[in-house]
Amino acid sequence: MTEHVHRDDFGSRLGMWLFLVTEMVLFGGLFIGYSYMRYRYPAEFHHAGGELNATLGIINTLVLLTSSLTVVLAIVAVQRSEKKRAMALLGSTLALGLVFLVIKSFEWAAKFHHGLYPNSPHLATLPPGEQVFYGLYFTMTGLHGLHVIAGLSLLGVMLWWVATDRIRQDRYIHLENSGLYWHLVDVIWIFLLPLFYLAA
Amino acid sequence: MSTHASTAQPSYLVDTGARKGLMAWLTSTDHKRVGLLYLYSMVSFFFVGAGIGLVMRLVQLTTFQKLISAQTYNALFTLHGVIMIFLFVVPGLPAVFGNFFLPILIGAKDVAFPRLNLASWYFYMAGAILAILALFTGGGAPDTGWTFYAPFSLKTGTNISLAVFAAFILGFSSMLTAINFITTIHRLRAPGMTWFRMPLMSWALYSTAWIQLLATPILAITLVLVILERFFGIGIFDPAKGGDPLLYQHLFWIYSHPAVYIMILPAMGAISEIIPTFARRTIFGYKAIAFSSMSIAGVGSLVWAHHMFTSGLSGLALMTFSLLTMIVAVPSAIKVFNWVSTLYKGSIDFQPPLFFALSFIFLFCIGGLTGVMQGALAINVHIHDTYFIVGHFHYVMFGGTGFAFFAALLYWFPKMFGKMYSKKAIYASWYPMFIGFNMLYFGMLILGMMGMPRRYYVHLPQYHSLHVVATVGSWLLVLGLLIFFGTLLYAIFKGPKAEDNPWGGVTLEWTIPSPPPLENFEEIPIVTHGPYHFEPQEGK
Repeated sequence: MTEHVHRDDFGSRLGMWLFLVTEMVLFGGLFIGYSYMRYRYPAEFHHAGGELNATLGIINTLVLLTSSLTVVLAIVAVQRSEKKRAMALLGSTLALGLVFLVIKSFEWAAKFHHGLYPNSPHLATLPPGEQVFYGLYFTMTGLHGLHVIAGLSLLGVMLWWVATDRIRQDRYIHLENSGLYWHLVDVIWIFLLPLFYLAA
Repeated sequence: MSTHASTAQPSYLVDTGARKGLMAWLTSTDHKRVGLLYLYSMVSFFFVGAGIGLVMRLVQLTTFQKLISAQTYNALFTLHGVIMIFLFVVPGLPAVFGNFFLPILIGAKDVAFPRLNLASWYFYMAGAILAILALFTGGGAPDTGWTFYAPFSLKTGTNISLAVFAAFILGFSSMLTAINFITTIHRLRAPGMTWFRMPLMSWALYSTAWIQLLATPILAITLVLVILERFFGIGIFDPAKGGDPLLYQHLFWIYSHPAVYIMILPAMGAISEIIPTFARRTIFGYKAIAFSSMSIAGVGSLVWAHHMFTSGLSGLALMTFSLLTMIVAVPSAIKVFNWVSTLYKGSIDFQPPLFFALSFIFLFCIGGLTGVMQGALAINVHIHDTYFIVGHFHYVMFGGTGFAFFAALLYWFPKMFGKMYSKKAIYASWYPMFIGFNMLYFGMLILGMMGMPRRYYVHLPQYHSLHVVATVGSWLLVLGLLIFFGTLLYAIFKGPKAEDNPWGGVTLEWTIPSPPPLENFEEIPIVTHGPYHFEPQEGK
C-alpha cells in the first residue's frame, strides 16, 4: 500500500489531548470511589492518612514537577536545534522519574514491612474504613506508578529519537505529545498527594 | 454532481502494494479495508451470538434440558451478552460504516490516524480471542451475565478475570476509534464542508465518539478493579473490608448506560442518511437531528441509575434519575418525528434499504416506549429483572441497532463491493425475520409482565405456551438472517455490477465510483451546499 504522506501536527496534538481525556476519566472512576469512601469513613481516612509519610510524598511531588520542567526545556532545546542540551534535559527527566519510582518503592516496602498490603492479616484487624483507604492507596498509587513507567518508556524512546535525529527542529510533535503525557502523570500525582498524604 | 469513472486510481479492492491477498488486507491502513475487516469479523461473531441465543431458546422448551445443565445455561447467557454487546453492537456501525464512510462523507482521503485505525482492529480481535479463551481456560466459562456484578463476579470460581480483561482490551479498541473519528471530523473536512453541511451520519458518529471517549475509561477502571479484587483482594467492592458492591453497579452503569447510546446513535445516523435518499427530499429538521444526537450524548450520560431502581437508592436519587430517563426520550422522539416528516410529501422510491429503515422506526418505537415505561418507578419495581427488560433491550438493540445495521448494509453494499444483491431475496428474508422477531421479543414483553424472571433456567407451567411462541419465533428469525446474509454473500461473488449511484443519493459517497478508488476522490471535492440537496422535481 502506498503510505499517505500526510502530516498534521495540530491533528496529532488534538488526538493526544483526547487520549489524555480518557486517562483523566480512567482515574476519574477511582476519584469517584475515593470521594464516596471518604464521605463514608471521614475519621478512618483522617487517621490512616496520618500513617503515610507526608515528607516523602512532598519530596516526590517536587521530583515530578522538576521532571516536567526538564521535559518542557528539552522541547525548547529541540526547537533551537540544541541537540546535546535536549538529550541532557531528557536524560535528567528520566533520572528524576526513576528517583520518583525508587522513593515510591521504599514507601511501599515500608508499608509491606508493617504488614500493610492488600488482603494482609494485619490489615484485616483494622477498621473497615482504613482497609478501604489502603485498598484505594495501593490501587491509585499503583496505577499511577504504571503510568510513570509508561511515560518513562515513552521518553526513553524520545531520547533515542533525538539522538538519531528522528526528532529535530522541524519535526518534534512526538516529543511534544510524550511531554503532554508526562505532564498528565504529573497532574494526577498532584491530586493524589493531598488526597492521601495530606488527608490527616 | 455527475459521476465520473476513475481511470487514474484502481479500486481499493485491488492489491496495489508489495503484499498480496490476505496479508495485504491484514496490513492495510486503508480505512475502507479496515471497515471490511471489522464487517467480516463482526458478522461472524454475530452469528455465534445468535446461535447461542437459539440454543437458549431451545432450553426453554425444557426437552433440551438433558443436554444443557443449569451451569452451562448461565455460561450461555453470559457469553451471548458479552459477544453481542462488546463484539457486535458497541463497535457495530461506527467500526464498519464509520470507518468505511466517515472519510468519504466529509470528503477526506482517510481517517486522521490510519495506522491507529488498523491497530484498533487488532485490539478488537485480541479482545475477541481472549474472550473466547476465557471459555475454555481457568475455572470454566464465566457465569455472571455480561454485567459482571459484584460481589458474585468477585467470588465465582469461573474465569472472570480473563473475560473482563478481554472487555478491557475491547474498550481500548473502542476509545482509539473514537479518538480517530473526532480528530478526523475536526481536521479533515473537505473545503466548504462546514459543520452544518456534514451528513447526519457524521454528526451521529461525532456524538458517539464523544460518549466512547468519556464513558469507556470508567468501564476500564471498573474492570481493572474487579481483576485487582480477584487477585489481590483490595476490598473496594467487598463489604467485609469496608467496600461497597453498590459502587460497582454505579461505576459499571456510568459506562454501560451511555454505551447503549454508543450502540444506537450511529444507527440513527444511518437512518438519517437513508430516509432523505429514498424520499428524494432534504431531511426535515437537520439541525434538530444533529443537536438531538449531541443532547442524547449529554443527557444519556446522566441516567445510569435507572438500572438500579431496586438496589436501595434514596428516594431523591430515584426520582431524579427517573425524570432524567424520561427526558432522554425527548431527543429520540425528535428524531423519529423528523424522519417521518421527511417522508411526508417526498417522492418515495421504495427499496430494500428504506424497507429496513422503516422497520427500524417501528421496532425502535416499541423499544423506546417500553423504555419510558421502565423509567417510571412504580412500573419498574414490578417488572425489574423480568423478561420485560430482555424484550425491551432486544427491541432497542436488535430491532433498533440491528435493523439499522441491516438497512445501512443494504444501502451502502453496492458502494462497498460494487455489486448489487437480489432485492427479491432480501424482501423474502424480511418476512421471517420481522415476524419471528416480534413473536420472540413481544412474547418476552408479555412474559415479563406476567412475572417471568430473566436468566432463569426453568419456568413455571403458566409461562410455557408463550415460551413456545418465542422459541418458534427465534427459528423464523434465524431463518430470515440466514437468507439475508446468504443473499449478500452470494452477491459479493456472483452479483451483477452495481452502478455508481444506484439509489439516486446526493451525499459525497455517491459521486465516486463503486467500489471507491484507493484514495476515494480524484481530487478533494469542494462543497458548496448542504448534504441533502436534491434537484427540484415536478410536483413539489
